[in-house]
Amino acid sequence: MTQKKNIVIIGNGVSGITAARHIRKRSDHRITVISAETDHFFSRTALMYIYMGHMKYEHTKPYEDWFWEKNRIELRRDYVSKVNPESNTVLLDSGEQLNYDELIIATGSSSNKFGWPGQDLKGVQGLYNYQDLESMEASTNGIERAVVVGGGLIGIEMVEMLLSRQIPVTFLIREDSFWNTILPKEESEMINRHIRSHHVDFRLKTEFKEVLSDENGAARAIVTGDGEEISCQFVGLAVGVHPNISFLKDSGIETDRGILVDKHLRTSIPNIYALGDCVQLSNPQPGRRPIEAVWYTGKMMGETVAATICGQPTYYDPGIWFNSAKFFDIEYQTYGYVSAQPKEGEESLYWESEDGTRSLRIVFDSATSSVVGFNALGIRLRHQVCDEWIGNRTSVDQVVANLGKANFDPEFFKKFEKEVQLKFETNKP
Amino acid sequence: MSKEGFSISLVNPNAPGSDLVQKVGIGISALGLLSMLIGATGPANQDPSFYFWTGIMTSIVGFSIYILRTFLHKTESENNNHIFNSSLTARGIAGWAFGIFLTGFYIVLYWGPSSYWDNAALVTMFDPISQTIFGFRADRWFLYGFIYTVSILIMGVRAILKYRHDNYQIVRTCSVMFFQLGFAFLLPLFMKAMSQPEFYFSYVWPLDYDMLWPDSVDGLMNAGTLALWLLIASAFITFIATPILTYFFGKRWYCSWVCGCGGLANTAGDPFRHLSDKSLTAWKIERWTIYPILVFIVLLTILLWINSYLQGDIFGSFSHQLAKGYGFFIGQLFAGVIGVGFYPLLGTRVWCRFGCPMAAYLGLLQKYFSRFRITTNGGQCISCGNCSTYCEMGIDVQAYAQRGENIVRASCVGCGICSTVCPRGVLNLENGSTHTDRKNDNPITFGNDGVGLASTSEA
Repeated sequence: MTQKKNIVIIGNGVSGITAARHIRKRSDHRITVISAETDHFFSRTALMYIYMGHMKYEHTKPYEDWFWEKNRIELRRDYVSKVNPESNTVLLDSGEQLNYDELIIATGSSSNKFGWPGQDLKGVQGLYNYQDLESMEASTNGIERAVVVGGGLIGIEMVEMLLSRQIPVTFLIREDSFWNTILPKEESEMINRHIRSHHVDFRLKTEFKEVLSDENGAARAIVTGDGEEISCQFVGLAVGVHPNISFLKDSGIETDRGILVDKHLRTSIPNIYALGDCVQLSNPQPGRRPIEAVWYTGKMMGETVAATICGQPTYYDPGIWFNSAKFFDIEYQTYGYVSAQPKEGEESLYWESEDGTRSLRIVFDSATSSVVGFNALGIRLRHQVCDEWIGNRTSVDQVVANLGKANFDPEFFKKFEKEVQLKFETNKP
Repeated sequence: MSKEGFSISLVNPNAPGSDLVQKVGIGISALGLLSMLIGATGPANQDPSFYFWTGIMTSIVGFSIYILRTFLHKTESENNNHIFNSSLTARGIAGWAFGIFLTGFYIVLYWGPSSYWDNAALVTMFDPISQTIFGFRADRWFLYGFIYTVSILIMGVRAILKYRHDNYQIVRTCSVMFFQLGFAFLLPLFMKAMSQPEFYFSYVWPLDYDMLWPDSVDGLMNAGTLALWLLIASAFITFIATPILTYFFGKRWYCSWVCGCGGLANTAGDPFRHLSDKSLTAWKIERWTIYPILVFIVLLTILLWINSYLQGDIFGSFSHQLAKGYGFFIGQLFAGVIGVGFYPLLGTRVWCRFGCPMAAYLGLLQKYFSRFRITTNGGQCISCGNCSTYCEMGIDVQAYAQRGENIVRASCVGCGICSTVCPRGVLNLENGSTHTDRKNDNPITFGNDGVGLASTSEA
């Protein structure tokens, strides 16, 4: 048995908690998790469902409250104001100092604000943490209109949330189509149509200039790039997130946009690791970005760090990219690498249902015809099968012929395979 | 750009209020209930037809208008909006009031004095429909059967509208509506009308606990050829068809496709399904109640047969007292009063989860000998908690999903709602090609190749 270490984890989000759980599985180390946000781990992805009344906060906690004591994971509700690598201590807001043998930083993201006039007024906010949910709850009570800025995943979630309360929403995005830095044209346009079908005042190619204040310092309107004033009492800023690392300023831990880590997720200080949204990989794998603020990578990093700390040094290797989202009624899944703009040397087979609510894109290499990625809207694909096809460089012919194996839709759902196969045959030269 | 569709918001900007049509529906339905209430105090005995139409039928029509309007307007993503903000569906005052009303109804139904029921005007107003279809007068069990069936039908339509994007839910709901209407209402009552045994086809032993007791068996054996065949069919379903069907499809073929208790839970009870207790403690309690009840009913049935064979030589009236006790405590108090009466407080499947011996039997088969499983889709789970919240059986589905593990649980009735509410396409009900590959123990977080490949050590 290895020597018992004292491990401190800053942040009780999915990354920090996954690390804690796996360290406990593998060892008897002392584990302390510090969070200023909530007493217990909850699922950040479910914030919208609390607002919409699908669930209460307690339903979003993946583990019951007794779980932590039973697994000897000590929870501290406090804010870490400073990390002192020289003395191996962290300083808490309460004034207390905690010693650590190994430190794991998993402090997640903060919402972006780009210095717009009025961005700090009451009723102007992003949506990332539990406190954001509370302030959104308070600021949207009884209002007449809301504006959401930013055409990404959080933006569309905020629109959906507000509509659930019958609050009319104006949705401003700078690009000429929804999330078109990630989604190819057809998928992006499908979501544009879907957003409109939900009665959103949806403005493409519209810049956001400033928020105007009322006499109480709360938002009363926004001004667009063309100078149009839109009266509203709430402004959702969903223009991306950045690593939440300001508290590390003078710690000596090397940072850039995020905390710089090596393949083992180790920072510039050997006994300090970092993971999740706050991390910037020094050497990301080919095709991957250095900062990937998504749920899944946080989870994988947690597992990786736990292995390394418990005496089994492990590289962070997230495998083939995947992600998912839901835009109102339309589910989105992606596997492998599907770029927004067609890449040179790649082709794609795109099928869309007649009613324009389901689609499948299979991207493949023109020369070898091996499959590199899938985009699915409104249909469910089997992760394992897609992963294997991409990993094994299976040819698009084989994939299309065996498409049924990847179908994860529930029983009695209308099958899409035949239509996709037909489309494939017709498109063949 | 478009702003149409905010008709609701014009009335009340933030509360998810109801529009004119919904209000009219509720209004008509309330008038109907009022008429029933007045009729029940006596007048319905003089003019049953009037109260049948202005009371019963009017409230059905009004409620149907409300439901059609409500759900034709909602899209999939709006289905569960404000469930936890509504007094009725989140154990508020309205929920408690409704729970007390339902519980009271069951108490009066089961144990109300026959002096009341024999001349009750409330029953008489059901005479028109009872006489027209079956040619006999209504009694309290007709009233109960009618309300039960109509609840499944109307709320079944509601479930079909609500889940109209999901073909599994549509087909399954049609199935429970069909079995309730045909096999648990029309057929048994037609048989009664033709002086044949009133035989409830969709309920079998051990749920229909006294079906295989000596008295009922004797009764059926002396009631003609048809009755004898029914008896054989019933025993066949319990002992032969059940294990075979459960092997191929899991327990859902019965609990979520045929059974009237499950049918009521999944239609009338749908607004309350999320109130089930998800804690580990509840799971422990469940195992300590449901299996002993199964054991008890099996032993009791054996005992009754021994007693019948020996003509009471050894046990005297003991076994009959036990049988009476079971009927009272389990058959009526648990299955009826608590099972349905407590829908708005404990969720919909309290009986199915903690009490039903048929569910226990099916559950054991499902757990140890079935091809059915709920598959988890690789690493896509985001631990949002929707699946667990909306599981009527109180299974912490998410606990499995977030580990990438398949769900094989005795209690799962295969209603499929976890898959329906999952926002990331993670869960799927599947019948595999064998029962041996159901569990994928110790899965890794899918996609994490670093940990998965027995780990790459320092380069």
